[in-house]
Amino acid sequence: MGYPHPSHARETPILSKYFGDAEARTLAGWRARGGYDALEKALNTDPQELQTIVKDSGLRGRGGAGFPTGMKWSFMKPDGKTHYLCCNADESEPGTFKDREIMRWTPHGLVEGVALAAHAIYAQTAYIYIRGEFTEPYARVTAAVEEAYAAGVLGPNAMGSGKHVDVHVHRGAGAYICGEETALMNSLEGRRGNPRIKPPFPAVSGLFGKPTTINNVETLTTVPHIIKNGAEWYKQFGRPDNPRSIGTKLFSVCGNISRPGNYEVALGFPFKDFLYDLCGGPLPDREIKAVIPGGSSVPILTREEAEGAIMDYEGFVASGTMLGSGGVIVFDDRQDMVRQIARLTRFYAHESCAQCSQCREGTAWITRIMERIRDGQGTSEDLDTLVAIADGMTGKTICVLSDSCATPVMSGLKKFRHEFEAKIAANTSMVTVPGAFRASAA
Amino acid sequence: MSHGPSASGGALVAASPHGAHQREPHVPVFTGETLVALETIMSRYPTKQAALLPALWMLQDARGWVSEGGIDEVSQILELSPAYVKGVVSFYTMYHQHPVGRHFIQVCTTTPCNVCGAEDVVRSMLDHTGCGDLGLTSADGKYTVVEVECLGACGFATPIMINNEFVESVTPESVPRILSELT
Repeated sequence: MGYPHPSHARETPILSKYFGDAEARTLAGWRARGGYDALEKALNTDPQELQTIVKDSGLRGRGGAGFPTGMKWSFMKPDGKTHYLCCNADESEPGTFKDREIMRWTPHGLVEGVALAAHAIYAQTAYIYIRGEFTEPYARVTAAVEEAYAAGVLGPNAMGSGKHVDVHVHRGAGAYICGEETALMNSLEGRRGNPRIKPPFPAVSGLFGKPTTINNVETLTTVPHIIKNGAEWYKQFGRPDNPRSIGTKLFSVCGNISRPGNYEVALGFPFKDFLYDLCGGPLPDREIKAVIPGGSSVPILTREEAEGAIMDYEGFVASGTMLGSGGVIVFDDRQDMVRQIARLTRFYAHESCAQCSQCREGTAWITRIMERIRDGQGTSEDLDTLVAIADGMTGKTICVLSDSCATPVMSGLKKFRHEFEAKIAANTSMVTVPGAFRASAA
Repeated sequence: MSHGPSASGGALVAASPHGAHQREPHVPVFTGETLVALETIMSRYPTKQAALLPALWMLQDARGWVSEGGIDEVSQILELSPAYVKGVVSFYTMYHQHPVGRHFIQVCTTTPCNVCGAEDVVRSMLDHTGCGDLGLTSADGKYTVVEVECLGACGFATPIMINNEFVESVTPESVPRILSELT
């Protein structure tokens, strides 16, 4: 079952199978669909063995970085210390809305994955950090947790296993940066959401200073399927010639496209077929001009590049971009790329936590210059200045928000330079007036 | 972040109006059932401080915004300084540091929605609410309209949030109907 569109024959719905099916939201409905079998099995299995199965399955993090999940878990040893599991449900990368649908339609699927992972990393307590704007997902997941406690699925004797598993839901309050793992931990501790310097890594000193594992919603929701069906079953999904990208992935598609929504395909799917067959291609009488395939922080592709791309971690890298979070943003031939890239940089300027100078100043100045060019007030030196600022922002800060702002500017300048130059050539003013730092709609 | 980046000298949301509301006496929020609910939340964490975001949500849900008096109350319960609490409040965009209209309307205008015409929705919203400009409240105290960064519902452009409710696929034309359904 798909949502909001019907499932396409070429999709592989595992996580999205019950999207749109309201009954799957309840504990009874979830159990009737085979839910919590994996958790029951896992709670009676040694955590070491669970770590090995997930490692063997080849599952990689679905939040953006693609770190192997089993390896992340294997950093957690039975050392007698208090451990924590964090579920990152702060989905806020522009273009991405997959975790939202997982939480809205299959909240028990997430609770099951969270409880299972907590056991697998020797943790008794798990926190699900949901972004503040996601009021409906928050309500659904909270209701699922309450139902699970009432039924003894969670608590001091989870599913009769004798294991103690607590899951708590924590609501954020509006900050993109809290999707960065250490910022999320600071936010959960009741602090400003500033990312922390690493090392120490969360596995050594994370939430409340204790060893912590943090995984994305989609990753954790996948795990029960792997535990239930085995690592070998999971390995069938993916390109035969690329064993490094295994499994299915939810892609959120938005922008100028006929059928926006979430699509779940096996990794290795041809991006051209995805865009034109599954998503219905561009709107009538329009052409696709550019695509950002993995959330706003990854390099922009031209239509030609996108049509040749393969949808997995390595495939997108080969095309000069990244899989990221799987948020596909489509731009058609009506779009002014300077304007849209300027809007993206404004996003990063607004969301910078402001603790690193390169990011605080860089995101703001890039936005000013981009908006100046957009408004026909740019000069040819501005393009060199943009490159210089972007270079000064890349690889020099505590987290990658700064790099993420530089990325669309650099890739946009490389691939759509003619649009920048046309705007600058049209500037006939004698004196350059700096663009006001205000939303254009105001 | 709710403050504008330093090089800009501006912000997405207009400056807070300083007025009589700052001097109104604070009526405690955390009494009776609300205090019990907060204590239940506190029991989930190893530190009192970790209950700060939930406590601020409870405060805002009860009063409509996070006032100085509310900050004092929260800081006493959680054993933090008011200055510290204020520092946290000012980091997160969803806590209102001044009163807002009864219907707080946030329109997503980040790139995925922008390419689908979100800025026209903002204009329509400003026209039909009479708010005049972003961040200002209409004269009758009914509406405040702001632009918001990515609401995470990009496939349903343009999504807006009215207080805690999402409305998806909003167009400039559907704005009057949406507003007419608000009381």
